[in-house]
Formats: sequence, C-alpha cells, structure tokens
Amino acid sequence: MSEPVSALGGLRYEGFVRVEELPPRGMVTLRGDLGSEGLRRAVRDLTGLDVPDAGGVSQGAEHAVAWMSPDELLLLMPHAAAPEAVTQLQAALAGEHAMAVEVSDARAMFRLTGSGVREVVAKLAPVDMSRAAFRPGMIRRTRVAQVAAALWMPEEDCVELVCFRSVAAYVFGLLKVSAAKGGEVGAGY
Amino acid sequence: MLILTCPCCGVTAEETEFHGGGEAHLTRHGPDSDDDQFHDYLFMRENPRGVHFERWRHVYGCGKWFHAARDTVTLEVFGTYPAQTTEPPQHIREAISARRPGWSWRGLS
Ligand SMILES: [Zn+2]
Repeated sequence: MSEPVSALGGLRYEGFVRVEELPPRGMVTLRGDLGSEGLRRAVRDLTGLDVPDAGGVSQGAEHAVAWMSPDELLLLMPHAAAPEAVTQLQAALAGEHAMAVEVSDARAMFRLTGSGVREVVAKLAPVDMSRAAFRPGMIRRTRVAQVAAALWMPEEDCVELVCFRSVAAYVFGLLKVSAAKGGEVGAGY
Repeated sequence: MLILTCPCCGVTAEETEFHGGGEAHLTRHGPDSDDDQFHDYLFMRENPRGVHFERWRHVYGCGKWFHAARDTVTLEVFGTYPAQTTEPPQHIREAISARRPGWSWRGLS
C-alpha cells in the first residue's frame, strides 16, 4: 500500500500568523435526513459525537462532525479509518435514504494559528469574523477569494480550513499573502 | 452591496457567496404548450426598476436553491423564502407592501 501524501507535503509559512498544511485527514461525506434517529445513532456510534445543530461542528479527540447543509455532514477522522467508517455507515444506514462517501483524498486542509487568524480569514472570505459573530463550535462554508472552502475554529486564535485538493496551492498562496508580515489590518477582532 | 440570508442554512452573506438563478416563478411550458406560451417562457422576462422576484443558489455555502424578493434599485431585500413554492408566500407580500405600497409584479400585487 502506498503512503498517503497531502497535496503540498506539509508546507508552512510564518507570517503574522502561522499557516500550515495539515497531514492527510480522513473525511467522509454523509448525506441523508439529519433528523432521523437511525442516522444520528450511526454518527454517534462511529464518532462518539452528536450530530451538531445547523452551522455547528462537534469535536472530539480524534473525530469531528461538521454540519455542511440541511442534509449533509462532513465526518473527520484519522486518515486510515475512513474506508472502514464508510462500510460501517453503509451497514448502519441500510434501508435509509442516505449516502456515505469517502472524500479524504479530494481535500486539502490548513491550520492557521496566532492572534491574527480572524483578520487573515476576513481578508479572503465574505464572513463576519468578529468574536460576536463567529465562535469556536461554528462552521462556515464559504469562498476564499475564488474557490469554495469550509472553515471553523477548534479554539480561539486557531482556524482550520478545508478546500478541494486541486486548489490547495492556490489556497496556500492566498493564506500566505493574507498572513504576510506587514499586512496586519488591525481591525480589532 | 446585496446582502442575502439563505433560508435553508440561515447564513447571511453578501452576494458573492451566492449565484443568481434568474427570474422566479416561471411557468415552464413544455411539449403540450403552444408556440406563444413556449416563446414567452423562453424569452420574456421582467426587468423592473423596483420590486423583483428571483431565484438564488447558496453556491459556496449549503448549495441549496431559494427565492428572494428584493428591490433592483436599492438592493433592499424584502425577504427570502424556500424554493418549493410556485408563488411568493403571504408574509413576503406583506413585507413588500409595508415598504413599497402599491407594488405590482406580473400578476401579483
Ligand atoms: Zn445556505
């Protein structure tokens, strides 16, 4: 079995916040009726986490469950666990109108750390990044410059962002420019 | 700037997170229609100054389609509502009447 590699080999950049590409992460898209007891139980059995409310992300030690749309979740897990997770979900949801697909290798993931992370995102996405509007525990699907992305804050001063693997270099470039020293706006977030 | 609230996921964002889908509430005349109906369905669109009804898609967000009632001149949004309807719901019409008394659009008022 060949070694999984991330899109950019773990590139890093030190600006007024740190930008790093994260190692391969297991990701499963789950679509279905998010209110159904069967689906909620299947997610809980797999991840130990509850299905989050609209716009939310539940986080555990190894797993996270992110609300992507009224009928879609993104499940995050260790990379090697994703194929088995799909099998388990498909078995648990047999007979339900639901679909589980592994998307790990379709994605790239970045982490921003530092006190200016809100500003770095606000320069790229049409999202109110003030503390009052966007908090840890929330997820936002949006665009960064010209491509789709989803982002959340595992904790204050930290943002994780996922995008399509094919645009990883573009997104890393954006984040680099936005985080470059001397580019602080001082918006007071 | 046009600011829309997606009724499917509740997110409020400016228009670049969305994609316009053209005029709302068209009757999609098909094989059993006559030439005039099909012509009107294909080509005839409202282009008002003022109250307008449109389809939008939250393309960078939840991906869902919805409807919006807005003013094409001021970009004021009177309301957004689900895609699964063939005409604007009463509360949307009332919201427009409160802001634009006497409005009309196609056969609606
Ligand atoms: Zn939406």
